[in-house]
Amino acid sequence: MAEMKFSKDHEWVRLEGDAATIGITDHAQQALGDVVFVDLPELGRVVTAGEACAVVESVKAASDVYAPISGRIVDVNSALAESPSLINSEPTSGGWFFRIEPSTPVEFDGLMDEAGYASFVESVA
Amino acid sequence: MTETLRETPLADLHRELGGRMVPFAGYAMPVQYPAGIMAEHLHCRARASLFDVSHMGQAELVGVDGAAALEKLTPADVLGLKPQRQRYALLTSDEGGILDDFMVANLPTPEGGERLFLVVNAGNKDADFDRIAAALPPGLRLLRREDRALLALQGPEAVAAIAEHAPGVAALGFMGIVETTLFGVHAIISRSGYTGEDGVEISLPGERAEEVARSLLKLDGVAPAGLGARDSLRLEAGLCLHGNDIDATTSATEAGLIWSIGKRRRMAWDFPGAERVRDEMASGPLRRRVGLRPEGRQPARAHSIIQTVDGTPVGEVTSGGFGPSANAPIAMGYVAPEYAADGTALEILVRGKALPCRVAAMPFIPHRYAR
Repeated sequence: MAEMKFSKDHEWVRLEGDAATIGITDHAQQALGDVVFVDLPELGRVVTAGEACAVVESVKAASDVYAPISGRIVDVNSALAESPSLINSEPTSGGWFFRIEPSTPVEFDGLMDEAGYASFVESVA
Repeated sequence: MTETLRETPLADLHRELGGRMVPFAGYAMPVQYPAGIMAEHLHCRARASLFDVSHMGQAELVGVDGAAALEKLTPADVLGLKPQRQRYALLTSDEGGILDDFMVANLPTPEGGERLFLVVNAGNKDADFDRIAAALPPGLRLLRREDRALLALQGPEAVAAIAEHAPGVAALGFMGIVETTLFGVHAIISRSGYTGEDGVEISLPGERAEEVARSLLKLDGVAPAGLGARDSLRLEAGLCLHGNDIDATTSATEAGLIWSIGKRRRMAWDFPGAERVRDEMASGPLRRRVGLRPEGRQPARAHSIIQTVDGTPVGEVTSGGFGPSANAPIAMGYVAPEYAADGTALEILVRGKALPCRVAAMPFIPHRYAR
């Protein structure tokens, strides 16, 4: 399986072929609680790293999801419309949000690896 | 800067149970436990849930003619409140705004002396009790009971679960109150709550609260629930949260809380803000609190603008979220009166997009109070 990288906004990124799959981490889904709705970006939208491009709604609150890398949205997880709870049950597999075709692949190198993210989570806890 | 948060007597128990502690009204309170808001909410509607509401303000108004004194500050009929009965009431300003909502019970002392038992919102308790204390004639005393904890056991199995451990509770009707014991510990127990379900609120000495809470959690069907579930339960029940749905700018007329104003008080108009309420009852308020059901699955949150289908703003959401039992997004808010009829098609602006919704009757989930 391709290497997974992490952002400080608690998204994970997995580069697979020409596009990167993006979702939120297990830590993030635990903090959010039961997800009831997801607002996904439009296909073809061009986003820059750090830009809010999706919203995840739990019972309690709405939270932004940011593009961890710049590029074009080429796919969104339509299964989340019917089953937003996939984000809680399978955050890093079936609960993926969208795929980005990177415009600046070097940004990928600036993200944290798994150990780096783990110590980041520790440091902000 | 770190704000120093107060803790309730159950703080250690909350942490032991895995509660996620958040700041609320100056207290560290559990917003949820590991089960999560959805499961805690559904458990309360199915069985019985234990909530810590010890952050709320408790006080006793002791002495002769406390009811008459309190009626100077509230439009509720306090004089007509029979012994061992509780009532929902508003504290109103001279301008007719709602300074707080609270519970008042007629609870004579064990010696038979006059006593009213009050429970007010956590965020307003200092202001409320200062206001009440300042209005009292000589001979009446307001005793704040910061030494007491307050637990809510809510759900269809709540009363059956404690019946054999709390003499007199099973016989209470809705809004009945009794001074009794629970697991041998002195307790003031009212058959009331803020979830729309049958259940009780239990006032007891803070130093015994943890042991009683542990005993309650051992009962069949009882599970802990946090403030998150409490909020989604009260929203489904169509109940107002002070600071969100009612505040010093909203009136009882606008909020649809005229029922909490005693009939006698509506003849005498002798309460703070009576003029505004009388005018609004005669000519209609400028806005009305309504329930809203957004189409689809997307929740609309507090402060979202409500507009007509033509895009004209006509109000604002004051509470909104996802109703676990309704299995749909639900909200309440204020709209201009011409848009307040059930079924009216409106839109809520969510992140710049118009979300279609309809005005809906409340409660969203029928109340199941004891008869």
